[in-house]
Amino acid sequence: MMRNTILLFGIIATFAIAMFGLTILPKMFIDKAVKEPDYYTPFEVTEGHRIFVREGCIYCHSKQVRAEGFGADFERGWGRASVATDYRNLLPHNLGTMRTGPDLANIGARQPGRDWHYLNLYQPRAINEHSIMPPFSWLFEVVSEDARPGDEGLRLPEAYRIPGMKVLPTDEAHSLVAYLISLDQQTAGVD
Amino acid sequence: MDPGSNQPSYSVSDLDRKARFVVLFLIFSGVFWLLFGTLLALFASLKMHLPDWLGTAGWLTFGRVRPLHLNTMVYGWASLTGAGVSLWMLSRLLKAPIMLRGYIVLAGVVWNIALLLGSIQILAGFSRGIEWLEFPVATMVAIVLCVIIISVSVLLMLINRRVKQLYVSVWYLIAAFLWFPLLGLVSSLPIFDTPTVQAGMNWWYAHNALGLWFTPVGLAAAYYFIPKVLGRPIYSYGLSLLGFWGLALFYNWNGFHHLIGGPVPTWFVTISISASVMMVIPVVVVAVNHHMTVVGSFRAVVNSPTLRFVVFAAMSYTFVSLQGAAQALRSFNEVIHFTHFVVAHAHIGMYAFVTMMLFGACYYIIPRVTMREWHSKGLIKWHFWLTAIGIIIYAGALQGIGVFQGFAMNDPEVPFTDTVTMTIPYLVARSVSGFLMTAGHLIFAWLMFRMVYRPGEQPASPLVWNKIREEFAS
Repeated sequence: MMRNTILLFGIIATFAIAMFGLTILPKMFIDKAVKEPDYYTPFEVTEGHRIFVREGCIYCHSKQVRAEGFGADFERGWGRASVATDYRNLLPHNLGTMRTGPDLANIGARQPGRDWHYLNLYQPRAINEHSIMPPFSWLFEVVSEDARPGDEGLRLPEAYRIPGMKVLPTDEAHSLVAYLISLDQQTAGVD
Repeated sequence: MDPGSNQPSYSVSDLDRKARFVVLFLIFSGVFWLLFGTLLALFASLKMHLPDWLGTAGWLTFGRVRPLHLNTMVYGWASLTGAGVSLWMLSRLLKAPIMLRGYIVLAGVVWNIALLLGSIQILAGFSRGIEWLEFPVATMVAIVLCVIIISVSVLLMLINRRVKQLYVSVWYLIAAFLWFPLLGLVSSLPIFDTPTVQAGMNWWYAHNALGLWFTPVGLAAAYYFIPKVLGRPIYSYGLSLLGFWGLALFYNWNGFHHLIGGPVPTWFVTISISASVMMVIPVVVVAVNHHMTVVGSFRAVVNSPTLRFVVFAAMSYTFVSLQGAAQALRSFNEVIHFTHFVVAHAHIGMYAFVTMMLFGACYYIIPRVTMREWHSKGLIKWHFWLTAIGIIIYAGALQGIGVFQGFAMNDPEVPFTDTVTMTIPYLVARSVSGFLMTAGHLIFAWLMFRMVYRPGEQPASPLVWNKIREEFAS
């Protein structure tokens, strides 16, 4: 018969040892290298990160690149292998587990143009008819063609145009795109 | 401790009468969240192949509905119902009434409010953004505090027990009620403040939520109901012991296999891969133990609704765990990581194992605490076949295409768009399976509702508010 004390002790001990091994120990190994030196992130980028989290982009787009030779991440142009220092100070972590859509760790290098991102966020099927990405129309405002002269709005294909109106990105769209463009892994991994 | 010496002993019907209100309350709360989570599941599944459907409603976008589906199923349905089932089993196994019943009802009310609040928070865009931990920290801590009240009740029952030996189900349940609050509290600590460290905590937590909370509750139910319905003892005490301690030793270390190829030191990942493979030992041991208990009585599986669900669930546990051990290997993981294969794997765990086990437990417990019979044998059959066939289609479709999706993704010659279009027919099949499971859940909810609502019959217990007062007084 198993004694109570052995049972309770065993339950707590097995938990505590693994907890130390998988949460505290990695913290001791990774924290210092990532936190120093202080790292500055522009407000627009942190705000964009917040919207990225809010809209749940991570459930279809990973943000971690596997090393060359393990999968085809490198060959697809998704950049070099991700390292801990790539993530710096933006929480939550957004590493992701799913690639219903492509990895985004290097999206800023692959699609540096803002207009491409605005169009893709407003109506992904305006860029790729087979895309199954949700449209994020609430990050945009539809205004009359005559309003705000000088700003032409998104260059939508015929099928998605609204007669007499134009589509303008809101501040939230500006921030989200600033964040996406900041994701660039062309540079060396260790600094 | 000298249990049972000078305290009154309770008959089974005494225990069930005392358990009635609190167990029904927890289980019915769970069933509500099952229906709510099912609705969200349908939304998420349909939106995968109909991306413009309800496309202008921000609060219903895929990226908000999908995490809420997970959170309501995990912390609503499976946790609340699991807690109700666990308390009832403990009361029977320890021959002690459920302790702190009034406080548990109060905790259940707070828990439900927290779930409601958390649901609004996620849909409104205030998700914490960490998979399995999307509820904001304060909401999550509220839920964990509610679990702690139940854990205290469990420990008090252990102290007040009227039996000398602890049955294997009790070990699992004690462990579950100690592990889950600890997991919840540690995951809420603000010390995981660098992204990669947080990712490690994330998968340590998420894998353990299944391994150290739902799995022990599910296995406790299997160990309880299989011998109970068959009327014969479990095959081997030694195997039970090995299975339990194997799980405690190895499951704890599995989390980092979610980060294979990720930006964390490789040796952490390697530790988790080894532990995942070691899980084969407790899994096979438990499977052998259950199989040897059932062997020769397979007719009972056909006749007993409880056993039908429980045996299906126990077999799914063996299957999904062995699959999990294989998935942790780098060569296999290279292909299926980031594909629908893993989504289906998670559903075999949480649905084919945990949810089916809870269904089976409900079919045994509810008639005993309400002292009424299920009003339709046919509907129970429909419930079983709709959900069983539903999850088999789900797993078959997504794991089948998941492997091809993985190979296509690892072939740079294949345009990425092709890895999306090839999955569409299988995503549609997943939606179809979703409708089958939904139909099953509606039947289950109707059967449950009919157990407590029978117009024309006198209620077997006092009305709600009197009952709550009574629970606090006792």
